[in-house]
Amino acid sequence: MKAFTVSKAVTALLVVGLVLLPLYSQASGNIFILTLFTRIIILALAAASLNLIMGFGGMMSFGHAAYLGIGGYAVGMLAQEGIGSGFIQFPVALAASATYALVIGALSLRTRGVYFIMITLAFAQMAYYVASGLARYGGDDGLTVYKRSDFSGLVNLSNRTQFYYLCLACLFAMIFLIWRVVNSRFGLVLQGLRSNEQRMQAIGFPSKRYQLVCFVISGTMCGLAGALLANNTDFVSPAMMYWTRSGDLMVMVILGGMGTLFGPVIGAVVYLLLEEFLSQLTEYWALIMGPLLLLIVLFGRGGIMGLLGRLNRG
Amino acid sequence: MAEPLLRVDRLVRRFGGIVATDNVSLDVAAGELHAIIGPNGAGKTTLISQLTGHLEPHSGTVSLGGRDITYLPAYRRCALGLARSFQITSLLLDFTAADNVALAAQAHAGHSFRFFANARKEKGLRDAAHAALDRVGLAHRADVLVSRLSHGERRQIELAVALASKPKLLLLDEPMAGLGVTESQRMVQLLQELRKEVSIVLVEHDMPAVFALADRISVLVYGRVIASGDPAAIRANEDVKRAYLGEAHVVTHHG
Repeated sequence: MKAFTVSKAVTALLVVGLVLLPLYSQASGNIFILTLFTRIIILALAAASLNLIMGFGGMMSFGHAAYLGIGGYAVGMLAQEGIGSGFIQFPVALAASATYALVIGALSLRTRGVYFIMITLAFAQMAYYVASGLARYGGDDGLTVYKRSDFSGLVNLSNRTQFYYLCLACLFAMIFLIWRVVNSRFGLVLQGLRSNEQRMQAIGFPSKRYQLVCFVISGTMCGLAGALLANNTDFVSPAMMYWTRSGDLMVMVILGGMGTLFGPVIGAVVYLLLEEFLSQLTEYWALIMGPLLLLIVLFGRGGIMGLLGRLNRG
Repeated sequence: MAEPLLRVDRLVRRFGGIVATDNVSLDVAAGELHAIIGPNGAGKTTLISQLTGHLEPHSGTVSLGGRDITYLPAYRRCALGLARSFQITSLLLDFTAADNVALAAQAHAGHSFRFFANARKEKGLRDAAHAALDRVGLAHRADVLVSRLSHGERRQIELAVALASKPKLLLLDEPMAGLGVTESQRMVQLLQELRKEVSIVLVEHDMPAVFALADRISVLVYGRVIASGDPAAIRANEDVKRAYLGEAHVVTHHG
C-alpha cells in the first residue's frame, strides 16, 4: 500500500464531493450549484486534455480553446441542419477536432519554444475568425442550439442530473485514460521528450511523431469537452475559442499543478469558483483574482498539487 | 582487409570561413577501439556530431557497415547500431536511473505507440535496464532519480544508456570529462571490459587513458587528421609532438 498523503486525501474528497453534488442540490433545492458545477466539470475536462500536452508533453499550446469551439460548432451546426442525434454529433465533433489537431500539430511542431506558443495561438485565432465569418451559423452573434444532442433515451441531456453525471463520467473516463497513457511506453517517451529531446533522439526516438500523436489525442479530448459545452449552454459562439479562453485553460492547469492527474480538475474548480464568487462581491473582481493567482503560482511551485505535496512532507 | 565497421570518407564541414572538418577520412574496424585526440578547437565534437547525425557535412560520406548514413537522422542511425554518449552529460534528470536506461532499451524494442500497458512493468525492458546498469556497476542505484546522482555516476549512466541499445559501435565523447582520479580509473577499467564486446570511437583529453586503451589513434588538428596509427607510432610522431607543444611531455612520459 502507498502511504497516505494530503494531496490524495484532497483528491478523494473532491471526487466524492463531485459524485454526491446532485444529491445535495436536490435536497437543498439549489439548482444553480448543479449548473455551475456542470460547467466546471466540462472545463476541467478541457484543462485535463491541455495538461496532457502541456504538463506531460512539455508543449505549451496557447490555442487549446479552438477545440472547444470546433467540438461545440460540430454539435451546433449539425443541430441547425436537423441532425440531432448525439451518435452522429459527438463522433463528428471528435473527428473534426482530431483532424484540426493533426494539421495544426504537424505545422506547429516544426517550431519550438515561444514560436510554438505563438503559432498555436495564431491558428486558434484563425479558427475564431473563421467562426465569426460563418453567416449561415450566426457569424459573430453565435448560434443557438435549440435541441440538445439526442442519445435515443440512453441518457437525456435535458435532464440536469443526467447531464451532470454524463459530464462527470466523461471527465473520470478521460482522467483514467490519461493515467494509462502517461504510464505506457508512449507516455514515457512523451515525458522523456519533455525532459531532454536531444537525448531521446540520440537513443533512437523520432520525437516529432510522438509529439504529434499526443497533440491529436489531447485535441480530440478537448473536442469532447466542446461538444458537452455546447449542450450545456445551448449556444455556441466564436467567443468559445477566443484566446483569453485558451489562457483561462492554461491558468487552470498551472494553478492546479502541471503534469499531475487531478491538478487540472482542482485548478478548474478553484479558478471558476473564485471567479464566480469574486464577481458577485465586486465588479472589479479581476483586481483580486490576478494577484491571488500570482501568489499561488509564485509560492506554490507545482500549483496547488505541489503545495499539498509539500504540506505532507511538513 | 574486410569492410570496416565505420568508414568516414573525405568529410568536410565549414562554419562560415572556418573549415572545422577538413577532408577527414578514417575507418574503424569491427572490434577496434579507435581514439580521436587533438587540442581544444581541433574539431573533435564537430566530427562526432556528423557521425551521430546532429550536424550535416558539406561533402564527404559516412558509412556504417557498408551502408551510407551521411544524411540519416540521428534516430535512424541509432536503430542501425550507433550509440553515443555526450560530452556534457545529457540524461533525463527527472527520471530514475532505471527509467533512463529502460527507455534506451524500449527504443530498440519496436515502436512505442503503445498507450495502455504500464511500461514500467514490462519485464523485458526492466531486465535489460538492470543488466546494463549492472554492467557499469550501478545496479544498486537503479531507483534513484538521476538529478540526485553524482557527476561520476551520471557519466556511468551515460554508458549504460548507450549499452542498453545493444550498439555495434559506441561513440564516446569525453567519457572522463570532469571525473576525479579514482572515478577515471574505474571508467578506464570499465572501457577495458566493454571493448571486448563492442567497437568504440573514443574522443578524450585524458592522454594516459587514451594510450592505455586505444588500438589506433587519429590526431586531429585544425580539422585535419595529421597522423593516424597505433599508440607507439603516434607517440613517436614529430608532427603530433609539435601540435601539442606543452602537452607533448604528457604523451612521451607515459610508458
